[in-house]
Amino acid sequence: MRSISFNTVKKKVKAAIMDAAFIAGDDLMASFRRALAEEESPLGKEILNQLLENAEIAKDKRIPLCQDTGLAIFFVEIGDEVKIKGGLLTDALNEATKEAYGDAYLRKSACNCFTRKNTGDNTPAIVHYDIVKGDKLKIVFCAKGGGSENMSRVTMLKPSDGRKGIEDFVVQRVWEAQANPCPPIIVGVGIGGTFERAAIIAKKSLLAPIGKRNSDPELAEMEESMLRKINDLGIGPGGLGGRITALDVKIIMEPCHIASLPLAVNINCHSSRHAEIDF
Amino acid sequence: MKILKPPLKREDVEALEAGDKVLITGTIYTGRDAAHKRLVDLLDSNKPLPFEINGSVIFYVGPTPSPPGRPIGAAGPTTSYRMDAYAPRLIEKGLRGMIGKGPRDANVKEAMKKYGSVYLGATGGAGALMAQAVKKAEVIAFDDLGPEAIRKLEVVDFPVIVINDTKGNDLYIENVKKYKKG
Repeated sequence: MRSISFNTVKKKVKAAIMDAAFIAGDDLMASFRRALAEEESPLGKEILNQLLENAEIAKDKRIPLCQDTGLAIFFVEIGDEVKIKGGLLTDALNEATKEAYGDAYLRKSACNCFTRKNTGDNTPAIVHYDIVKGDKLKIVFCAKGGGSENMSRVTMLKPSDGRKGIEDFVVQRVWEAQANPCPPIIVGVGIGGTFERAAIIAKKSLLAPIGKRNSDPELAEMEESMLRKINDLGIGPGGLGGRITALDVKIIMEPCHIASLPLAVNINCHSSRHAEIDF
Repeated sequence: MKILKPPLKREDVEALEAGDKVLITGTIYTGRDAAHKRLVDLLDSNKPLPFEINGSVIFYVGPTPSPPGRPIGAAGPTTSYRMDAYAPRLIEKGLRGMIGKGPRDANVKEAMKKYGSVYLGATGGAGALMAQAVKKAEVIAFDDLGPEAIRKLEVVDFPVIVINDTKGNDLYIENVKKYKKG
């Protein structure tokens, strides 16, 4: 067994959460520049320039890229030969969240559903675990804002709806969302599994670098086809009209029940903040 | 580029058209869902509001906490449709401007036309950039709501674009139509 200390996990995760709030990823910045070159609308170009400037200010002055610093979401792959010494891994992630959101002056957005009373420290974090072979621990953090999350949907299609039904639902969802989720967006599509599994893989799909195509040729083609259709909607940066409504579309597909075709669309805003921490 | 200096008169906002770029300098107030609910509850029970609503501008924002030495953290707009249930009541009382992102519903648009108010779009997700225009921030009501408390902001050249004017025009609808294919 390999032993990793609770405090090591907490410290590294805390630092990664803070950086993610202030520093836009290289893939995201490159996608803004590509979008700027392709955008035809003058207002759309203006918005994209503002996003580039926003990222520079955020990095230089350590001001969060967006005031919605999100709920803290973790995808954890833990090797079957790894033991966390000194406490529970879930507790380490929650403590890292609490300390990072407090010390870096990030917004605490977690609240009670009915009273709307804030939990005060942005916990509980949302944690998804996978147990894998080996002695490695991989933690991917993702800060997910409410505006784009609210525009996401899960649906149970009929198997006969097929690929066309999937594409139509995804494109229609983006159309209905309009300016709400802060376009240019990134669209995460989860196909298969069950009702809840589809949603989890849709969110997981958003973690892959922007512009990287699916390794499955059919899914890669579907990603491109949906991206084209979404960008034909004309919603544009900021929803003010233009060519670039989405920066990318990502798919994860898994087997499903013979009676079902589960589909989840998880929309991410352009402030796509995530960080990978490897132990 | 047009300039707005709140408090605003009805004729100030009637002079604006969808698509106009505007810089705001002066006092604006923050408010999201929870604060709006309380404002409407106060109106329902005939109690005074925590600030003069007539002529005012509300910015839909829940900023990040202010770090030492800065007036505010990141401060970009939140999605406006969540305030649609409450906005017409405030517009009726003289609210002249709302700053946010995303489309409004028919009731809000109708109230804007009837009572003279405009909906102004700010760039979603540009919270660090927008914070540069905020020079002072002070919580004036509902402190217990944390990020959702009502703040009085002093802004200089705060950049917005007119989405809905008082004549019923909607920039989102008009512009998306121009770029939609098929």
